[in-house]
Amino acid sequence: MTATAKTVRITYREAMRQAIREALLRDPRVFLMGEDVGRYGGCYAVSKGLLEEFGPERIRDTPLSESAFVGAGIGAAMGGMRPIVEIMTVNFSLLALDQIVNNAATILHMSGGQFNIPVVIRMTTGAGRQLAAQHSHSLEGWYAHIPGIKVLAPATLEDARGMLWTALEDPDPVLIFEHGMLYNMEGELAADAGAVGIDKAAVRRSGTDVSLITYGGTLGKTLQAAEELARAGINAEVVDLRTLRPLDSETILESVTRTHRTVIIDEGWRSGSISAEISARIMEGAFYELDVPVARICSAEAPTPYAKHLEEAAVPRVSTIVETVTGMVGARG
Amino acid sequence: MEPQANFSRPRLEHDHSLLLLREMVRIRRFEEKCAELYSAAKIRGFLHLYIGEEAVAVGAMQALQPDDAIVATYREHGHALVRGVSAASILAEMYGKQEGCSRGRGGSMHLFDAATRFYGGNAIVGGGLPLAIGLALADKMQARSRVTACFFGEGAVAEGEFHECMNLAALWKLPALFCCENNLYAMGTALKRSESEIDLCLKATSYEIPAWPVDGMDVAACEEAAHRAVEAVRAGGGPYFLEFRTYRFRAHSMFDPQLYRDKREVEEWKKRDPILMFQARMQESGLLHDDDLKQIEEDVAAEIAKAIEFAEAGTWEPVEDLTKFVYSERKQS
Amino acid sequence: MPALGADMEAGTIIEWLVKPGDAVRRGDIIAVVDTEKATIEVEVFETGVIQNIVVGKGEKVPIGTVLALIRTDGEAVLPPTEIKPKPVAAPPPIPPRPPTPPRIEKPPLAEVPPITPHRLRVSPLAMRAALDLKVDLSTVKGTGPDGAIIKADIERAAKAAVAAPPATPAHPTAPAVEAAVTPAPSAPSAEGPKLVPPRKPTIAPADRQAAMRKAIAAAMAHSKREIPHYYLGAHIDMSRAMTWLQAENLKRMVTERLLYSVLLLKAVALAVREIPEMNGFWTDGAFKPGAAIHVGVAISLRQGGLIAPAIHDVDKKSLDQIMVNLRDLVKRVRAGVLRSSEIADATITVTSLGEQGVEAVFGIIYPPQVALVGFGKIAERPWAFNGMIGARPVAMASLAADHRASDGHRGALFLAAIDRLLQEPEKL
Repeated sequence: MTATAKTVRITYREAMRQAIREALLRDPRVFLMGEDVGRYGGCYAVSKGLLEEFGPERIRDTPLSESAFVGAGIGAAMGGMRPIVEIMTVNFSLLALDQIVNNAATILHMSGGQFNIPVVIRMTTGAGRQLAAQHSHSLEGWYAHIPGIKVLAPATLEDARGMLWTALEDPDPVLIFEHGMLYNMEGELAADAGAVGIDKAAVRRSGTDVSLITYGGTLGKTLQAAEELARAGINAEVVDLRTLRPLDSETILESVTRTHRTVIIDEGWRSGSISAEISARIMEGAFYELDVPVARICSAEAPTPYAKHLEEAAVPRVSTIVETVTGMVGARG
Repeated sequence: MEPQANFSRPRLEHDHSLLLLREMVRIRRFEEKCAELYSAAKIRGFLHLYIGEEAVAVGAMQALQPDDAIVATYREHGHALVRGVSAASILAEMYGKQEGCSRGRGGSMHLFDAATRFYGGNAIVGGGLPLAIGLALADKMQARSRVTACFFGEGAVAEGEFHECMNLAALWKLPALFCCENNLYAMGTALKRSESEIDLCLKATSYEIPAWPVDGMDVAACEEAAHRAVEAVRAGGGPYFLEFRTYRFRAHSMFDPQLYRDKREVEEWKKRDPILMFQARMQESGLLHDDDLKQIEEDVAAEIAKAIEFAEAGTWEPVEDLTKFVYSERKQS
Repeated sequence: MPALGADMEAGTIIEWLVKPGDAVRRGDIIAVVDTEKATIEVEVFETGVIQNIVVGKGEKVPIGTVLALIRTDGEAVLPPTEIKPKPVAAPPPIPPRPPTPPRIEKPPLAEVPPITPHRLRVSPLAMRAALDLKVDLSTVKGTGPDGAIIKADIERAAKAAVAAPPATPAHPTAPAVEAAVTPAPSAPSAEGPKLVPPRKPTIAPADRQAAMRKAIAAAMAHSKREIPHYYLGAHIDMSRAMTWLQAENLKRMVTERLLYSVLLLKAVALAVREIPEMNGFWTDGAFKPGAAIHVGVAISLRQGGLIAPAIHDVDKKSLDQIMVNLRDLVKRVRAGVLRSSEIADATITVTSLGEQGVEAVFGIIYPPQVALVGFGKIAERPWAFNGMIGARPVAMASLAADHRASDGHRGALFLAAIDRLLQEPEKL
């Protein structure tokens, strides 16, 4: 596809950078804070060039103090700023769990509605680069368990470009999870792409035979699987959740009601995962529409290994999706 | 580092002295009444009383402006009272009534009040420090000359968050006043059993933060120290650290057999009761008139009786509102 | 007793530090209390004189209990303290429950979903489709995961049903056991048990009906003519049986739940052990007791007609086994596939018309058997027990017996045994 006057060729990384830049330009209260966001240009080069443009007050390098700078982001948000806190990866966010769960998620409710916390916390998530167990978590489903915060998983260029502004405008804390394998994803984006909504899922591919429900880093694999299935005569619908909290039950149930079959693809571990939540909601809301049990494809129940073949086997794969659906639908042609 | 020379020395004239005394008595009687109400099961959950430590809150608060911010701990009734949160709304909060300052949501440990910029009431030891530096950061970035006073016990000094926040506050020269209330015991653990270095000021100065110890049983000393520190912080000198050496006469919380300290030690400290000492000092200086104390006790008793009435008459938040303020209430976008 | 902690519910006085007559001041420690977690000193919030101690040393009381009375200065007898703790008393004594009648559950008969052999699985979607399209699930082959029936299978079956004339009319919601319209054997011959050839699908339904009616007529007439029937009836309190059955079924998957009639069959079989004159054949002028206890179950056919095939050795089988047999029998009855031994071997027959709302069944014995046990509907009746009147679920059990093989006295004992057995359903 060639770039036209109405679209630009862009990567996910660049789309996210544009989103941050636009926010910094539009609202003086916005600032970016995190490890290596300034001089280094961002661990994933998302904030490259921003320090030069906006200065060290608004692009703040922090020491390796997740608890302090995430809490500071929360406090600054309470104090009238609109901080974007960048935690290098979800793996390090565990050090700031107290601030996120005990402060960000609770203060509005606990104070009886007195103090909003309009903080945005961005983190990289996911496996796939042989970084081994401590650097490969997908914990966004875990965070989606907590009332009081919102959890987003932009999987497309439009969402990378457009979710941030909406998140900044939200008076409540919003966590944005960017899958590490998506940064290099390249494609066409509308030249005037702007803010998008953050509360609805999106049907990325319409289908009739099965609903493939996924989010974030596995959207690409799911779409690929859908293409393969189409060649085998199976017409799969792909639903991109976009937001893990609040989950868009309406779109999920509407899809399942049409196709009567569901596979959920989730890079988290199966036990107690967001896929379990979705499966439960489908059982609760569309039980009588099901022709076969809901299936889930998740990461293997093990810490993510370093060896390439093991890591590949540990996370959801296109082949597994295709096999599962084929088994579910039966031979077609 | 030398404090600025032009701080305003608190004047011990009659009116001001009376104010200091009155505030300490107010806190004392309020806390005693809370103990009674807790025994009668009117107040539930945990109750941490400030008895013996009144001089710190009363003295330190004198140095703060109405639009400064305060972050405190779960032992914060005294701070809230002096700051201007009404006894009635504090007591209603502890009763769990929706007329309480946090709508009954928080209880004794989570008093919040937007009008007086009182940011809790935090139950995680050390958890308030990042919030405080965030508030300070917001003030600095918005070029406001406000100060954030952060109260915490010496137990917080063991938490990683303390160190992260000291470092970050000093690095970014944030307008934060760190008020460490050293009552020698973190719940049941004596300071010397938990810190290899028990000189707390030394810890702060190791982060390049000016620090000095204060006699926490002497309200005038507390006030003087606070004035000096706050003025320096407000002038842009970066954070300051005060170690208030004090003692709690009662147990850590209501349910605490105090097996960890000697009764004699408590009795020794009681001889330095801040209220009795200041009273004696006033009498010596001829500042305490005959009827003053009686009037104070009467006024305070009346205020507390009214607060109890208010709390008793308070209403329960409807259960249907349980999920109100988990997120902000907004129009559908 | 003060509340001294978030989870303190009660405390024990270990020591009183004051006695009546002692003066106390607000803040004084007057007692030491032991809680689950620690020993705590109790302070007093009043200034005055101890009037009397209410709770003594060693006593454990809930928080809020008055421990002592204090007379504040100058007063005579006063209420103990200003603050009246809410008495967090022990839960109020439960008043003796009046005998509540056990809820009458409609016998599970009516609640069983469409009969499916328990190995078959049906998706919720397919279930709905089956109801809508009136497809008999027992005739559907599943092609879904693990052989489950999915919607496509139902649609296929519906198409096929339209194409070919059905061997037996399909009905997706037939209850497991249908009550007999009239107790009549399906054996066409009046002389004795004969093999019933399996229904050939080539015979037109109307003809088959007529033939069966004729056979029944002959058999009924013969039975009434030849066998001197005597009839006995007894009301049986089914409350224990129903309650036990409900509880048992909660432990089972829907496909494995026991029908109420299974209890009846087992009770009859065990009662027969005590009164063997009920079990066997009258042939050649004499009673031949049955070597085993094979209970015939009267099953009516949708298109009309009756059949009473036997479940073998009912006395030796567990309720679950009997249930499996019964389910299987019904399915095969409808499919018209029965073994000759099933028709011929019944040594006593049970018929249940409760579903039809009939209170008592006085039927006609299937020759050459010598007894027919009937059960009517379960209805709530006033029932006296231990001198108290209550309402109980009660069914009438009836016995039609051959007076040549037994007499009323034995018949009565037989019914009494059935009653007794149904009062201890867990032993069935």
